[in-house]
Amino acid sequence: MIPVPFEYKRAGSAEEAISLIGQYGDDAKFLAGGHSLVPLMKLRLAQPTVLVDIGRVKDLSYVKEAGDHIAIGALTRHMDVEKSPVLKQHVPLLAHAASHVGDSQVRHRGTIGGSIAHADPASDLPATTLALGATYVVQGPKGKREIAAKDFFKGFLESALAADEMLVEIKVPKMKGAGWSFQKFNRRAQDWAIVGVAAWRNNGSSGVALVNMGSTPVLASSVSKALSGGASIEDAAARAADDADPQSDLNASVEYRQHLARVLVRRALEAASK
Amino acid sequence: MSITQDRVTTVIGKRLLRREDPALLTGEAKFTNDLAIPGALHLALLRSPYAHARIKSVDVADAKAMPGVVAVYTGKDLHSTWAAPMPCAWPVTPDMKNPAHYPLALDKVCYVGDGVAAVVATSDAAARDALDAIDVVYEPLPAVTDLEEALNDKTVIHDALGTNKSYTWNLKVESSEGAVDAAFKNAAFSVKERYVQQRLLPMAMEPRAVAAVPQPFGGDITLYSATQVPHILKVMTAITCGIPEHQVRVVAPAVGGGFGSKLNVYAEELLCVALARKHGAPVRWVEERTENAQATIHGRGQIQHVELAADKDGRLTAVRIRLIGDMGAYLQLVTPGVPLLGAFLYAGVYDLPQAYDFSCTSVFTTMTPTDAYRGAGRPEATYAIEVAMDALARKMKIDPYELRKRNYIKREQYFDKDGKQVGYTAFHGLNYDSGDHLAAAEKAMKHADYQGVRKKQATQNVPGARKRLGIGMTSYFEMCGLAPSRVLASLNYGAGGWESATVRVLPTSKVQVVTGTSPHGQGHETSWAMIAAEKLGISPDDVDVLHSDTAIAPLGLDTYGSRSLAVGGVAIAGACDKVIDKARKIAAHQLECAAEDLDFANGVFSVKGSPDKAVPIAAIAFAAFTAHNLPDGVEPNLEAQYTHDPKNFSWPFGTHICVVEVETETGKVDVLKYVAVDDCGKQINPLIVEGQVHGGVVQGLAQALFEEAVYDKDGNLKTSNLAEYLVPAACDVPPITTDFTVTPSPTNELGVKGIGEAGTIGAAPTVMNAVIDALSGLGITALDMPASPQNVWKAINNARGGKK
Repeated sequence: MIPVPFEYKRAGSAEEAISLIGQYGDDAKFLAGGHSLVPLMKLRLAQPTVLVDIGRVKDLSYVKEAGDHIAIGALTRHMDVEKSPVLKQHVPLLAHAASHVGDSQVRHRGTIGGSIAHADPASDLPATTLALGATYVVQGPKGKREIAAKDFFKGFLESALAADEMLVEIKVPKMKGAGWSFQKFNRRAQDWAIVGVAAWRNNGSSGVALVNMGSTPVLASSVSKALSGGASIEDAAARAADDADPQSDLNASVEYRQHLARVLVRRALEAASK
Repeated sequence: MSITQDRVTTVIGKRLLRREDPALLTGEAKFTNDLAIPGALHLALLRSPYAHARIKSVDVADAKAMPGVVAVYTGKDLHSTWAAPMPCAWPVTPDMKNPAHYPLALDKVCYVGDGVAAVVATSDAAARDALDAIDVVYEPLPAVTDLEEALNDKTVIHDALGTNKSYTWNLKVESSEGAVDAAFKNAAFSVKERYVQQRLLPMAMEPRAVAAVPQPFGGDITLYSATQVPHILKVMTAITCGIPEHQVRVVAPAVGGGFGSKLNVYAEELLCVALARKHGAPVRWVEERTENAQATIHGRGQIQHVELAADKDGRLTAVRIRLIGDMGAYLQLVTPGVPLLGAFLYAGVYDLPQAYDFSCTSVFTTMTPTDAYRGAGRPEATYAIEVAMDALARKMKIDPYELRKRNYIKREQYFDKDGKQVGYTAFHGLNYDSGDHLAAAEKAMKHADYQGVRKKQATQNVPGARKRLGIGMTSYFEMCGLAPSRVLASLNYGAGGWESATVRVLPTSKVQVVTGTSPHGQGHETSWAMIAAEKLGISPDDVDVLHSDTAIAPLGLDTYGSRSLAVGGVAIAGACDKVIDKARKIAAHQLECAAEDLDFANGVFSVKGSPDKAVPIAAIAFAAFTAHNLPDGVEPNLEAQYTHDPKNFSWPFGTHICVVEVETETGKVDVLKYVAVDDCGKQINPLIVEGQVHGGVVQGLAQALFEEAVYDKDGNLKTSNLAEYLVPAACDVPPITTDFTVTPSPTNELGVKGIGEAGTIGAAPTVMNAVIDALSGLGITALDMPASPQNVWKAINNARGGKK
């Protein structure tokens, strides 16, 4: 309940934030909505010595149409993602998935950038943006670079972000009328998914990603491949766990998780095909 | 003087909003940790990371040197402080084994969370940081987490006891010797079942919190604690810390739920008192959520072997029960008594002859101590009989409702041949005060559309169905209103079961009700004001209810076991009667008539036959205050104290029905409908009664579907926060249909019974019966709680012979 002592710095801009984090090195952490980091600190599982608060960095909370994609500022709160008319029109899967994050209080504080940068495989938005083929724009001392979602997640709570880099924008391709579904299987509404599935289908192409099916969000490429090879939904869904390496926990054994992934992918594809 | 003009003729039975709620809902209510206590020191405890280990050494030097740290203590440092070990008030048998249990461990730790060292510092953060600097060397020993293994004594937890067995307690009632064996031998049908009551974490929303404030001179100490039992705590603090009882004052400020978990005397309470005295400064402590999971008592924890014998029509002829009770590492206040509270309920609401054989053996394990948790022994008993009744019905291939109907105690059995309600004397000799089980069941059946669901089930539950429908029921009895003191004596409990009340009519006719109950969510301030208002013929707004401070309400036995209304509420009515009697004498004096010639109604005394010759009780109160003109021998002031020792337990009952749909692919259970028809006798405030049923049902449903304290084989609690321990929220539970029958209790003036635990007692077996009913077509006849998706999925797989 009481974290170890830490220093608190507030950044007014992305540049200042990056300079501060560079100054303090590996022991520093960005604080955005705080809904992933702060509970870990209270349990003393995370013990950063410096927090760089980016919560008041201006101009990083937005949802904008930008040609073939939608650009979302990293500090956009889940609630704003959920309610965004632009996203509802062009990327309804993401707006819908955001409505499943935690509870209402979490969604009013937590940010999409924080959730993705935290790289928790059990979170809804990393997998959803992965299914959608998003690109993450990150900024470091030398400027900005782009990382494809499929190259971003490196391990449990590990990403391709360098220590002095900050996620600033998420670029999500427009769905162009694709069918979609988000399946979240949990025991209580506010919980992380035991297994979750974000999926879309459009003509011959598809994207399927899995929540909580390994140490990172998992792209179920085998399912998409089977679909493009003409497999039935049933047969494609049978491949759902092929790319995953799930862990066992209190709610689900490895075997049960794999089974759930197959059932939920089938349901998602059925819904996305309607 | 003021006289309330808008006199209320009938207050009892109105759905008054709770007067407690505005402060709670706006965050203004002051809980223990909200109290501003200047100069307070903060306590933090270093807790064992091992389930079972010897303490080789404790090095506190680095911790002592940390900024803000005032002192660091080990168990040995404080050992001479204690006048007695921590109390267990219920030595259930003369030979019960009870290890000495001190606020901090001495040589050995016996569960993860056992206190090892205490830091006193100038801030909570400084105290917490210092814990990390204490160096303890442990010699780990094997954990004991399996009850049946614990009985082997392969690893003995308490060396001095030489065994893990605490006690065996028997209740055998036979019409003639051998009646139980004969009944099983001659049974047309019998079932033999094994159920596991998983451990549950009470998880009150407010964790525990304590502040001990010593007075500058004279040795008095005030203990603020988030407790259900300030009066019990006062006595036990005096005994344990060696302080004269009159120097201890205990206050329970706003308390955010207890469910039994705050019905105890905890190490942290005693540590705050002892250290406040030692340092001459207030010492306070607040529990972290993980500590709450590890170091506050757990509930349930039983293995139940249940056998029912029945004749060819399904009428029960004998019940045999073998329990193993999980005490955890130590005996807390009433730990050993919990299984006994259920011992009288394993025949439920059924007309069992004298053929009953109950035995409970309780064992120590290296897990958090268990103790009373909402229902305490009675939910476990009800679960056993009600789930076994469904098993018996399946075996007989008859409808479970039909089987119950053949066994219910009938309404007429509560009356003698002259039509007088005398209660039903059960096989074990206790008298069930009143009941009409069939009426409650019929009402529930109607709400649930039982036959309609059965019809739908026949078409829905075809082979290969992805969603199977199930319906389950429970008809329960609750033994509550704890308790007649003489019965407690026969169970060897260390205190009585009475409750005390004082009713004081102030000079301006406002009324103070002082109660020995200690509410922590039950709405006593609202309900008690209603009782006094009804009796005195005044508005409840003119009644203030004082409680939970032993300096203001010195006499009481607190709140637990659905006792507050049936014992404490009845005491208030009794005190009001005494006030009215005294007022009547003064009124007769004023009106120059005999006391017997006065009517008392709507707060006014009037001469029989001359209603214009009248005086309101408000005027009497003022006359009693001025004492200018009182009859001889009448003391000034209008106040009376009354202590009620109940003649009997109160026996609420009812029928609950649940409809579920089970997804066979995933094992997920959806509760479609939940119907609770309860009978708690007369209701003071139906709104509060419904709230108690809602909360109770959710807590029982949570045991059936969500909650389980999971330990690994090394004795680590794997569910020590609210992300892992699944307390359901509002959106995770179904709408609950509540309805009632009203069968007044003949054993108290108000005709009331308790309702605090009924929902919990009814819900777990109701939900489990529905889930098993949904799956019985797949060959599943038993399922452990919680019926989590994974557990249900595994059961379905096993029933299919492992094929998916």
